[in-house]
Formats: sequence, C-alpha cells, structure tokens
Amino acid sequence: MTTLPSYDEATGFDVVPRRVSRKARGVDAVFEHSARAIGASVLVITGGVGLFLGWQAYPTLSRYGLDFFTESRWLPEEDVVGIAAVLTGTVSIALVAMAFAFPLALLTALYISEYAPERIKSTLVAMVDLMAAVPSIVYGLWGYLLIMPRAGELAQWLHANLGWIPFFDIRGTDPDAAVPDASRYLYSSFAAGIAVAMMVLPMACAVMRQVFSQTPQGEKEAALALGATRWGMIRSVVLPFGRGGIIGGTMLGLGRALGETIAVVLIISPTFDVKWNLTEIGSNSVSAHIALQFGEASPAQLSALLAAGFVLFLITLLVNTLAAVVVNRSRSGTGTDA
Amino acid sequence: MTIQQTRPTATGLGLPAGTTHLPQVDEDAAPAVPRTSIGRPSADEQLVRWGPWLSAGALAWLLTQQLLPLPGLAWFVLAWFALGLLVTAVLAGMQGGSIAVRDRLAASVITGGAVTVGVALVSTVGFVFWEGWGPLLHLNFFTDDMAGVGPRDPFTRGGIAHAVLGSLIQLGIGLAITLPLGIGTAVFMTEVGGRFARLVRTIVEAMTALPSIVAGLFVYTVFILTLGQPRSGLAAGLAIAVMMLPIIARAADVVLRVVPGGLREASLALGASRWKTVWHVVLPTARPGLATAVILGSARGVGETSPVLLTSGAAMFFVVGPTDGAMNSLPLFIYSNVRSGEDTAILRAFGAASVLLVLVLLLFVVARLLARPPRSTKRRRFSLTPRGGWAQRGLDLARANPASVAGAVSPAPTPVPPPPDPAFPTSPDDRPTPPQEPR
Repeated sequence: MTTLPSYDEATGFDVVPRRVSRKARGVDAVFEHSARAIGASVLVITGGVGLFLGWQAYPTLSRYGLDFFTESRWLPEEDVVGIAAVLTGTVSIALVAMAFAFPLALLTALYISEYAPERIKSTLVAMVDLMAAVPSIVYGLWGYLLIMPRAGELAQWLHANLGWIPFFDIRGTDPDAAVPDASRYLYSSFAAGIAVAMMVLPMACAVMRQVFSQTPQGEKEAALALGATRWGMIRSVVLPFGRGGIIGGTMLGLGRALGETIAVVLIISPTFDVKWNLTEIGSNSVSAHIALQFGEASPAQLSALLAAGFVLFLITLLVNTLAAVVVNRSRSGTGTDA
Repeated sequence: MTIQQTRPTATGLGLPAGTTHLPQVDEDAAPAVPRTSIGRPSADEQLVRWGPWLSAGALAWLLTQQLLPLPGLAWFVLAWFALGLLVTAVLAGMQGGSIAVRDRLAASVITGGAVTVGVALVSTVGFVFWEGWGPLLHLNFFTDDMAGVGPRDPFTRGGIAHAVLGSLIQLGIGLAITLPLGIGTAVFMTEVGGRFARLVRTIVEAMTALPSIVAGLFVYTVFILTLGQPRSGLAAGLAIAVMMLPIIARAADVVLRVVPGGLREASLALGASRWKTVWHVVLPTARPGLATAVILGSARGVGETSPVLLTSGAAMFFVVGPTDGAMNSLPLFIYSNVRSGEDTAILRAFGAASVLLVLVLLLFVVARLLARPPRSTKRRRFSLTPRGGWAQRGLDLARANPASVAGAVSPAPTPVPPPPDPAFPTSPDDRPTPPQEPR
C-alpha cells in the first residue's frame, strides 16, 4: 500500500505533493507568451496579406461579377476588365511546363533512386537541389535567348508537317512559303512553358525521389528474389508505393508553374485572346499581366489586378493543399515493411 | 549426357540404394564451367550495354547527315536515341524474352531522361557563363556602378557593384525580419503548441502558395500607394520578407519537429526552464537544419525578381540608405538590361547573371556544409559513454554526481538497494535535497 508522507522527521517540515499544473508559471510563462506573440504577429502578417487581397479584390469582383472570369479583354478605360485570357494563358503555360517537367522529373527521380551508382547518388541529389536554387531570371535568360529560337524552329516544323492538327496550326502564316514568317512562331506559350518547366522540374523531382527512397527495402529485395528484373521491381514495388509522391510532387510543381512570373514576362509577347494554339506568337499569364500592368495602373485598375492576383493565389492554394494531402497520405503507408 | 556417363551412380555400380560412395576423379571430364560473377558485369555484358549505342550513333549519323535531308544536331540526337532504343531492344530480344526487352528499354529510357535533365542544367549554367564571359574579364565590372554609363558603352566602363550591394542590403532587411519571426514562429508551433499554434501552422502553410508577384503587389499597394512612401530598398526588402517568411517558418518548423523529444525531456527533467531548453538544447541540436532552411530561403529571396520589380526601381548608381529612393539589385539589373534590347547591355546582363549564380552557389555550398555536421561532433553526440557531447557544455553528469548516473548509464548496473522505509518510495540519497527553510 502506498502511503503519502505528511511530515518528514529527518528534515522537519511538511512534505506536500508538488502541485502539478499544465499552466506555465514564472519564466516559462514569459517564454510561452512571447512565443505566442511572435506566432500571432506572423499570423497577422501572413494572414493579413490574404485578407488584404480578398478585401481589395471584393469591389472588383462585386462590380464585374462573373463577367470578370468570362471577359477576355482588359480595357480599363472602357470599363471592360476580365481575366479569361490571362487565366487560360496561365493554365496553358503551366500545362506545357508540366508536359515537359513531369516525365523528366519522374525519370530523373527513378534514375537517382534506382539506377545511379551509389557513389554519385548524393552528388546527383545535390545537383537537383542546386537546380531548384537557380534563380528564375537565369532560367528566363536561358529560355529567352537559347531555347526560344530552337522552339520556334520546332513549332515551324510542326506546323509544316502536322499543321492539319488545329493544335499546331498557326494563323496568319503559310509554312510552305519560300521565306516563312519566323516571328509568328516565337514569343509563345510553348517557349515560356519550356523555361517554366526547368523551374518546376527540380521541385517535383525532389519530392518524387524522396518518396521513392522510402520504399521498403525488404519489398524491393523480395521482388528481385522472386526473379523480377529491375524494371519489374520498379513497376511492381517502387511505382505503386510512390504513387502519392508522384501525384503530389507534380501538383506542387504545378502550383509553382502557375505563379511563375519573370521567365514568362521575358519570353511572351502579351495578347488577350483565349486560344489553344500554344506554339503561336502571343500569350499571357496572370502574374506576367500584373508585372506588365502595375506601373500605369489607376487605383480601380490596381484593385482589378489585385483581384486577378487573388484568384491566382486561390488556385495555387487549392493545388498546393491537394498536393500536401496526397503526399501526406502516401507517407502514412510507410509502415508496410514489418 | 556426358556427365551421367562418366560419373557412376550408386545404382549403376550394383550397390544397394542408400549406400554412400566417394566420387572418383574423372580425367576425361569436360572442365567445369567457371562460376559467373555476380558482381560487376562481364566484358560481354558491357558490350551488350554500350554496343547498341555505338552502332546507333553511327547509324544515326549515316541516316540523318548523309542519306535523309535532316541536317543538324537536333535530328542526329533524336535519331541516335530512337535507334539506340531499337538496337538495344533487338539485342535484348536475341538473348532473352520480352521481359528482358522491357527491362533494357526501361533502363535506357530512364537513363536518357536523367541525361536530358543533366544536359539542360549544364546548358543553362554553361550558357550564362559563356555569354557573360566578356564583362567578367574586366575588374571594373565588380567595383564600379553604372552612373553615366550608357547601354552601348564598352565593358571597360561601368559595373554591377551597386546591384550587388543593393541585393545584399535588401536580403539583409529581409533576413532581419524573417529570421527572428520565422524561427520564433517555428519555436512557437513546435514547443508551445495548442489550438492557436495549429491555426498559425495552417495559415503559414497556406501562404507558401502565395505567388511572389502577389507579395510584391501587396507591398506596392500598402507601403507605396497607401502609405505614400517612395519606391526604395526598404520596400523591396519588405517584399522579399513577405515572400520568404512563410517559406522559412515552414522549413524551420519541419526541422524543429524532428528534434528528439528525449532531449527536451532530459533538459526539463534537469530543471531547466522551457526557454533554456529551447535556447540550449533544441536550437543547438537543430542548428544545421535551421541554417540550411534559412540559407535556402535566402537563395530563393535573393534571386526573386518579381517582388523587387514592383517595389524598387533600377537605379544606375550606388544607393546605400534603404529609404534613399530606388535601389537596384542583381535580378532587377539583369531584367532591365535584357529588356533594353542592346547587345552590350544583354551581355552585361549575362555577366550579372553569372555573378548571381555564383552568389547562389556559394549560399548553397555553405548550406550543404552546415547541414553536414563534422564527423567528430556526430560521433560524440550519439555515443553512449558518459563522455558524451554534453560534457563540453558543462553537463557532464558522471563527473558532477557519479551516484546519480551509476544506476542508469554504467554498463554493469549495480543492484538497487531495497527501500529502507516503506514510507519513502525512494532512498534519501536519490531524493533532491529541498532547500533548508527555517520552520
């Protein structure tokens, strides 16, 4: 039987059980409250940006209503403002970027996690991280001066040989002319998408590689021991295990591709048509639109730009949240290796 | 089969089944097949792996450059890859079935994808340095500003020192705001916790989705238009801070969450206050990870153009005061020079881009070095002997009070004496002596 001491003969004073409390006292309380204050200030700053954007966007959204999303022209002088063109431009550039970045990121992640020799593996991982740290303006330079002329040639070839597909058709030029109008194939969503792909590729690749590297070693060895080839092992163990990482990494990359500004601004020539000929001259994106328009904007126009920025923010937020949910769900299955 | 003929079996000799017999050495037997190596591929396998690519290269050159009207490097590389896949598949099909073909093709495609990405990265970095070589050869490029220098002036005049200085000042402002706030928030989210901390974490994670241009637009609207401040280095620094804050807070949160709880509990159990625990145990343990988070955030912040574009102008001269009007920075310098369209200005932009790349690379290398703790520290930290890493911080428990460690840490635990008195669950020696107060 346990008895609580009530009086200690040796020391000569009452032994009372220490009062246990979850409430911090003294120095701890100071620490806790100052930490809470810092947290609250960060909450105010970051949350304030979101609230401010929503508050600024409200007059525009309430004034134009749904027309804001269906109108493609941007003529503030005539009170016609809409983001249909810039939004489709954003999406098409992001889709081109993902069309390049997704397969390359997946292949690179598989190479690093399954095929690369053990001694260069860490170097390759560092290279991918370094690629993510290269500033976007550098990829913009690369895309503008090195890739865009080549992409133009490719677009011209596609038009000449596959022009019957409306996707590659370019209005206002004849590919079979003696001297085709080369400028019609430049400054396009296609060229911008390639530059953006370079930016999102390392991000997607890093997420995928991380998830692949968490594949239970025992299951991989079991597949090999049963006689699977390396590709058979990848197909039956690594890819199913990393499915969440593949989807999540791709969506994280998509979120970044949607918000990319400076490479797009450098490459595209701004237009306001909704179009799906991605290799044709002229495109636009929400972020590039903001960067090009903010300078001469009146307060009302600025509110419209902020509304466009708010819509972009909501889209990226949605994509990123979905990506986080998918990645987290895939990680929860890590414990399959007994 | 020859082996069965030359090796007499038990039944062949007319002995009853189950009899043991010694194998006899047969002089006429064929030599045993050498055991195949399971380690590195043999010369034959090496040839099967690389031969197709050699032959495909030759074939592609012949086809694209000599026979078909498809000149140029691009067609050659494309044809090489396609033909390489084809020859690999044919060769694998001659040796094995469709499973082997698929395995070889998958390996080729995966390696090809990785090589493509590597070529793209090398071409990016190489292109920038190749084009930017001209201005980089002149010393004044690193020490001068562009005051009074036109876009067409030769490289012997003008430089980008003002842009480098501006970048560093703006990054400094950004870090001065984000470092305490970001790490403080991470400490709050991991060490204090609670419902409010979860709310903060949700909002911070959501704000990492904020496109950088929108962060710039926010500062432009609030700081410049509403508050009527001029465009300045301070505004640019604020825009960078707004952009970096969620990134650094989130990364630091991830790092602090993996600090082992046992370390915290040990510190608290020794009587340290929570602040002391954070300052002396949690943060030092997480220091490499925190440094990596901060430095990678800085690399992102220093290279981001769009917030700077909206909040600061491209001054051509040195601006030191953050509130002294437009202050240039490296990304903005590159952007404005490329947009000018002059050849010399574009080459200058490439020179500045090379400097920016080197800057980011330096930050990156420092981050990697910090993230990898020195080997000696690592060994000490995870050693189980009482001479642990904490000894250096004055926490050498074994020396301070050998009795307190004897039962728990020493390899051969001494038998614990039974409690002398049922009224006292622990022996008097182990009980911390309460302060002697007069009664």
